[in-house]
Amino acid sequence: MTSRGLDQQSQGQVRSFGVPVSARPTVSLPVSAPCRWGGCAAPANRVPGSLPRSEIRPIETLGVEALADGPRWLRPCNAGADVDLSAHQSPGPGVDRLNTSIMLGRTLREVSAALKHGQITPTELCQKCLSLIKKTKFLNAYITVSEEVALKQAEESEKRYKQGQSLGDLDGIPVAVKDNFSTSGIETTCASNMLKGYIPPYNATVVQKLLDQGALLMGKTNLDEFAMGSGSTDGVFGAVKNPWSYSKQHREKRPLKPCGDGDGDEDSSWLIAGGSSGGSAAAVAALTCFAALGSDTGGSTRNPAAHCGLVGFKPSYGLVSRHGLIPLVNSMDVPGILTRCVDDTAIVLGILAGHDPKDSTTVQDPVKPFVLPNLTDVSKLCIGIPKEYLVPELSGEVRSLWSQAADLFESQGAKVIEVSLPHTLYSIVCYHVLCTSEVASNMARFDGLQYGHRSAISVSTEAMYAATRREGFNDVVRGRILSGNFFLLKENYENYFIKAQKVRRLIVNDFLNVFNSGVDVLLTPTTLSEAVPYAEFIKEDNRTRSAQDDIFTQAVNMAGLPAVSIPVALSKQGLPVGLQLIGRAFCDQQLLTIAKWFEKQVQFPIIQLQEFMDDYSSVLDNQKLTSVSLQQ
Amino acid sequence: MAAPILRRGFPGGRWALVWIHGGCRHRNGAPTGPTHGSTRGRSSVAQQSLQTAQKPRKGEHKWETVVGLEVHAQISSNSKLFSGSKVCFAAPPNSLVSFFDASLPGTLPVLNRRCVEAAVMTGLALNCRINKKSLFDRKHYFYADLPAGYQITQQRLPIAAQGSLKYSICTGQRRSQMVTKTVRIKQIQLEQDSGKSLHDDLRCQTLVDLNRAGVGLLEVVLEPDLCCGEEAATVVRELQLILQALGASQANMAEGQLRVDANISVHHPGEPLGVRTEVKNLNSIRFLAKAIDYEIQRQISELENGGEILNETRSFDHKLGCTVPMRDKEGEQDYRFMPEPNLPPLVLYDTSCLPAGADPQQVINIDRIRDSLPELPSVTRDRLVGEYGMLPEHSFVLLNEVGLLEFFQNVMKETRAEPKKVTNWVLNTFLGYLKQQNLAVSESPVTPSALAELLNLLDRKVISSSAAKQRA
Repeated sequence: MTSRGLDQQSQGQVRSFGVPVSARPTVSLPVSAPCRWGGCAAPANRVPGSLPRSEIRPIETLGVEALADGPRWLRPCNAGADVDLSAHQSPGPGVDRLNTSIMLGRTLREVSAALKHGQITPTELCQKCLSLIKKTKFLNAYITVSEEVALKQAEESEKRYKQGQSLGDLDGIPVAVKDNFSTSGIETTCASNMLKGYIPPYNATVVQKLLDQGALLMGKTNLDEFAMGSGSTDGVFGAVKNPWSYSKQHREKRPLKPCGDGDGDEDSSWLIAGGSSGGSAAAVAALTCFAALGSDTGGSTRNPAAHCGLVGFKPSYGLVSRHGLIPLVNSMDVPGILTRCVDDTAIVLGILAGHDPKDSTTVQDPVKPFVLPNLTDVSKLCIGIPKEYLVPELSGEVRSLWSQAADLFESQGAKVIEVSLPHTLYSIVCYHVLCTSEVASNMARFDGLQYGHRSAISVSTEAMYAATRREGFNDVVRGRILSGNFFLLKENYENYFIKAQKVRRLIVNDFLNVFNSGVDVLLTPTTLSEAVPYAEFIKEDNRTRSAQDDIFTQAVNMAGLPAVSIPVALSKQGLPVGLQLIGRAFCDQQLLTIAKWFEKQVQFPIIQLQEFMDDYSSVLDNQKLTSVSLQQ
Repeated sequence: MAAPILRRGFPGGRWALVWIHGGCRHRNGAPTGPTHGSTRGRSSVAQQSLQTAQKPRKGEHKWETVVGLEVHAQISSNSKLFSGSKVCFAAPPNSLVSFFDASLPGTLPVLNRRCVEAAVMTGLALNCRINKKSLFDRKHYFYADLPAGYQITQQRLPIAAQGSLKYSICTGQRRSQMVTKTVRIKQIQLEQDSGKSLHDDLRCQTLVDLNRAGVGLLEVVLEPDLCCGEEAATVVRELQLILQALGASQANMAEGQLRVDANISVHHPGEPLGVRTEVKNLNSIRFLAKAIDYEIQRQISELENGGEILNETRSFDHKLGCTVPMRDKEGEQDYRFMPEPNLPPLVLYDTSCLPAGADPQQVINIDRIRDSLPELPSVTRDRLVGEYGMLPEHSFVLLNEVGLLEFFQNVMKETRAEPKKVTNWVLNTFLGYLKQQNLAVSESPVTPSALAELLNLLDRKVISSSAAKQRA
């Protein structure tokens, strides 16, 4: 397979939504090009040889009709199980480093297969990821890189593989975890001064489950302070930069400013990663790991997934344990999963899901592993398009992609209907009241006594509390605590909190009504537009931003439903756009199955980082200068 | 409901001091507080009339008093209400603290089944309606020994409500008439205990012990149906006996397992209720009675002297024998209650609504708990009266003195003497001797067998009554 061939086939994807050309958005679709990475010339992000099988499988499964629009199913790095790499590589101990480096761009499932076949070793993989983490340090994706831990875990994993005792699909797979999950022995900061230096003595249940499967913990990823934000710009460690800022796809398409490599303009034009799990998204998008945990309270996993071209999954509330996740809003928080494809999400979800005796809100029912069938027939599906989600702020491109996606489902035989979620209008206000109230309560424990930051002011316990919290929390957190406490005051409780709870019930009922009417999944945008430049983003304050950016995502949290953001195409600026599918509560598998089918249709391209990789050193040099001023 | 000031209590080692001073308003056998073996000075002396509060002193008006109680009983359980740490009195500081108890971020509460059962038992014993669905709430305030910044309690929908408790007090000139009264129980709620703060004013520091943080409490809220210290003391003693009979709580006040807050107000008959004060942290039944009676008198004289009563929290200074305002700088607290989002509603079942095929480990069946309730003190007393023909007030004394009932029953087993005679001997001669010697029943040099043998000799007229008393 040559890269040229790839290009040609990719062109077919322009028509992938099956809509008239006139209605098509001006989106740029992916091209794959040779890349030069760490001095190794090779096709970017993929191993030669996996393509032929990928190509064949969808044809077998999709049926003739699917061919009408051309080979849009071509998804080199994702399709079918058991990617056999051995046909093109010499297996065994002498696997050369070149291939390991290429491995980084592949999916979890493919790498897992390669590990099983002995084509790479966990240690090699781990070292490659660590090295890429260092190279991409300027993205600010990681707060803590747990290099030693990861290498030790890799060593143990390697032993297991040698003894033929692999623990499963995740054994030896590098993963990253958002820095609001407790990790035993590894600093967990929530990107806040309040928890700088806090080293939890226990692992969050989801972290423990990953480790029990042999996953390698590469590090803790950056976020908005205590996950309060939608840009990953408001943490004490500075903003996360969207890796797509440096992608070939974006660089070729972005509005032109004369900027040579190494030019000072470089840093003013970088894009936000979305948030609050922006570090996790950037870590996966920059190929430094194969899956990452985010958390999702109002869209914090799906939003950065959409901006970074990833699959971002929010499970049903109660399916995955929250024990060890430092809470934002207990009644809405769920651990989220960020991967490069839907199958990878299903693998991780299969490991994370299930009752946890330490979290009383997890469901008791036993959970089966999530194996996603290849959907061949969508004609029995009913897709709902909530009319209230068509808001004026929605960008033309996203709107157009949304409508094309609807057309795609329809053209493949699914029933696509307009539905109404009449209380959507009140959702964001209601979310604000409930969120801040729980925040006020949850943050009460940070008083400087037991752990975390403690102010030097010690005239009295009360003065110490006040100073500690003033020094420990940023304005966003303090603002939410203040409003939350206001809503919870005796005289306000009825008018705000109780009312918001009632509205929440109405929102839940909206979804119930729609699903009871026969709709299987809802199709909506994930975000209003593609990622915006940092300079643009910070023009609005965090509260305004959060209210705008959570518009399509937070209602799902209020209703506890599963939802997934799937990257569908690149905008005319060469940036990812994601669409969201929302499923019935605890029908996570059905949702992901449909998402997998959808993913296969849209053929979202792989990020091409070779350009920045070529001159990353100059980018890095700039970063050194700017990071100082940015983090003041 | 524990509020910040509640925990300005006596650190463990100082409890014993509380008991040294004598003087109690209760007649012989009335509640006398601690069950602790080493306590002393419990002899009860009948004192002035308890109705002082209702007697006009200066002004012409009579006063009516209203007393309500909130009783916190530590649940007797192996582990805490929401965590797996052990519950144990006087363990080394901070040795029984789980991550949850220390409120490490990310930890979640998991409800202890045993505590729920204890609450249901207590609710049933107090004739409450058991709520098949109850909810947990967070009550917020900042205090050093409340690591989470909130206490999990049951404010909106408690586990049990609308019960009643019968108690008997003595009236009449010679205080020989027993009158049975009823106090209504407003609700029983499950909640977390706080830790303990030890204030070292000298070094200007506060030491925090979290061993107690998160221990399960039953808060029993009584309607304000009482009118004086003695009534309150009698009710609390009865509640203590019930909790101990159920095994729901050890209810040892000396160890802080039973703590009482009293709300007190006075008003003229026919007029609206007066402003109330709350006397917090009463840790012996004797001081409870004293504090209430003092507070009633204080309020009356305050009002009669043209003063006004502030809605405030006071504590009882047992050395001075009076109540004093507590340091409460922030004034009225707003606890900003909100639902505890990490605990689903607590759902209980009875046999009629038990879900088919339910795992018995996962459900609590109220009917099964009801069927397995032990004999309650009132039933025991009725049994004693019926079985042995003793006077009701004697049955009260037998139950109220720790260990005395068991002693009596052991004597009965080994003697052929008339029950009335045994009762008489145990309550008068034996108990009188103990009081005189300042001994608890468990410390008695006379064993039940010895007394039984003595009574046998007496019965067979081997010895005379006066000789027997001398022997004893």
